[in-house]
Amino acid sequence: MKVLVPVKRVLDYNVKPRVKADGTGVDLANVKMSMNPFDEIAVEEAIRLKDKGVTEIVVVSIGEQKSQETLRTALAMGADRAILVLSETKVEPLGVAKILAKIVEEEQPDLVILGKQAIDDDNNQTGQMLAGLLNWGQGTFASKVEIADGSVHVTREVDGGAETDTLKLPAIITTDLRLNEPRYASLPNIMKAKSKPMATKAPADFGVDVTPRLTTLKVVEPAKRSAGIKVADVDELVGKLKTMGVAK
Amino acid sequence: MKTLVWVEHDGQVVKDATLSAVTAASKLGEVHLLVAGQGVDAVAVAAAKIAGVGKVHVADDAAFAHALAENVAPLIVELMGHHDAFVAPSTTHGKNIAPRVAALLDVMQISDILSVESDDTFTRPIYAGNAIATVQSSDAKKVITVRGTAFEKAATEGGSGEIEAVASTGDKGLSTFAGAEIAKNERPELTSAKVIVSGGRALASSDQFHALIDPLADKLGAGVGASRAAVDAGYAPNDYQVGQTGKIVAPEVYVAVGISGAIQHLAGMKDSKTIIAINKDEDAPIFQVADIGLVGDLFKIVPELTEKL
Repeated sequence: MKVLVPVKRVLDYNVKPRVKADGTGVDLANVKMSMNPFDEIAVEEAIRLKDKGVTEIVVVSIGEQKSQETLRTALAMGADRAILVLSETKVEPLGVAKILAKIVEEEQPDLVILGKQAIDDDNNQTGQMLAGLLNWGQGTFASKVEIADGSVHVTREVDGGAETDTLKLPAIITTDLRLNEPRYASLPNIMKAKSKPMATKAPADFGVDVTPRLTTLKVVEPAKRSAGIKVADVDELVGKLKTMGVAK
Repeated sequence: MKTLVWVEHDGQVVKDATLSAVTAASKLGEVHLLVAGQGVDAVAVAAAKIAGVGKVHVADDAAFAHALAENVAPLIVELMGHHDAFVAPSTTHGKNIAPRVAALLDVMQISDILSVESDDTFTRPIYAGNAIATVQSSDAKKVITVRGTAFEKAATEGGSGEIEAVASTGDKGLSTFAGAEIAKNERPELTSAKVIVSGGRALASSDQFHALIDPLADKLGAGVGASRAAVDAGYAPNDYQVGQTGKIVAPEVYVAVGISGAIQHLAGMKDSKTIIAINKDEDAPIFQVADIGLVGDLFKIVPELTEKL
């Protein structure tokens, strides 16, 4: 069984985003970039499925040259080979899904595991779009994945609790936070990853037009909240709650 | 512009998130609804009463019983032949279905909008709400999901929509619903609660979480939320999570108990009207956004507060 895992290079989870003064976006110059946390979970899940019949994990990233660092991280974690689709301009989820659909045609994976959203644009679209383009089943926001004969049971985090759907293979899965805890790559594996194969392509190789459909007119900081007052004790807090009409 | 709003329901009642989506859609033009499900007559009647709605399309078929995206998306695509925009609430179901619809229509979706600036221009949060982007769509048809807390809820009475049955597009045979564990909860839903009490990792165990947070929430008639740290540690179930990847809430009053205030948590609650923070660390970032702060030991403060209310 072959698994395809798309990964994205994003501003590191621990870095506070700063809006650029000219309002064109968030400043990404000289800040730490990492693999999107949900994508790390996707890579980890693919690796864990190696005990359950997965024989090859192919990772793919669509983005600038430096995305190869993200792919190397995935290879160091345990993926087998990588495809970098080089684009110095930003590709929207729809364009990404179209490129991935072409890669799926070539690679014929049984499963594509993606992060449910990237923590930069917070779109939460690519997996569902890819499933739609391929006419495959989609198990989004997964907290548990079980491969069965020709199908996969996916437990999903939904409003109010959890839901389990059974999907015919091949299928799409998108990961939620509690699916697993991704491993750190060991030093020997980081060294080994350097010699794993990485192919470089361009969107045009797949005949996909990635012209953006959305134009960002401006990016601003949200209205700031200012710190309020501190109360000394519970009685004072109760008093405030009563004034607000929250407590009687 | 004719919009089609997907109605989120539980088979009996229309969910509140739908009402915010209707308000957003009404800023674009004529609002039509889609009620898809099995045995949804009552939902259709309720939906037709929502203020300002025109046609209510009803697709009643077993294939739509569990809102599986694989079956619902083709139905929506069919209806989009005579609508200009598809609008869904940013609920887990909405987020599951809408991008599939967008891909089938060859449209780039606009996720989680905060405002409608014009027919083609919207604002939306990026980077966990640390930045707000204004985006303009060049697609002929629009596919949009709506952040519920950013729009008023449409009134549930006063409308006189015309109910019209639509043919089923059938079961696509890609997926089946195998079961759900939906927590039975007497408390208000987080996304529509007026007051929310949320607990963090400082509660230190599931037992203490429930022993301290639940009685306080009961006293305030509040919904119960949790930080990601508390959910990851197993102190609270996943559907309690408030934050960037959990629920986005904006109640009148948000009480954060033992929550330090990570960026990802603030992203989910900083639009609350009044934020009250109880934390033993006076330098915790939560105090930078709190209107009222109380520094101290939550294990003493919370029981005392519950008793005095």
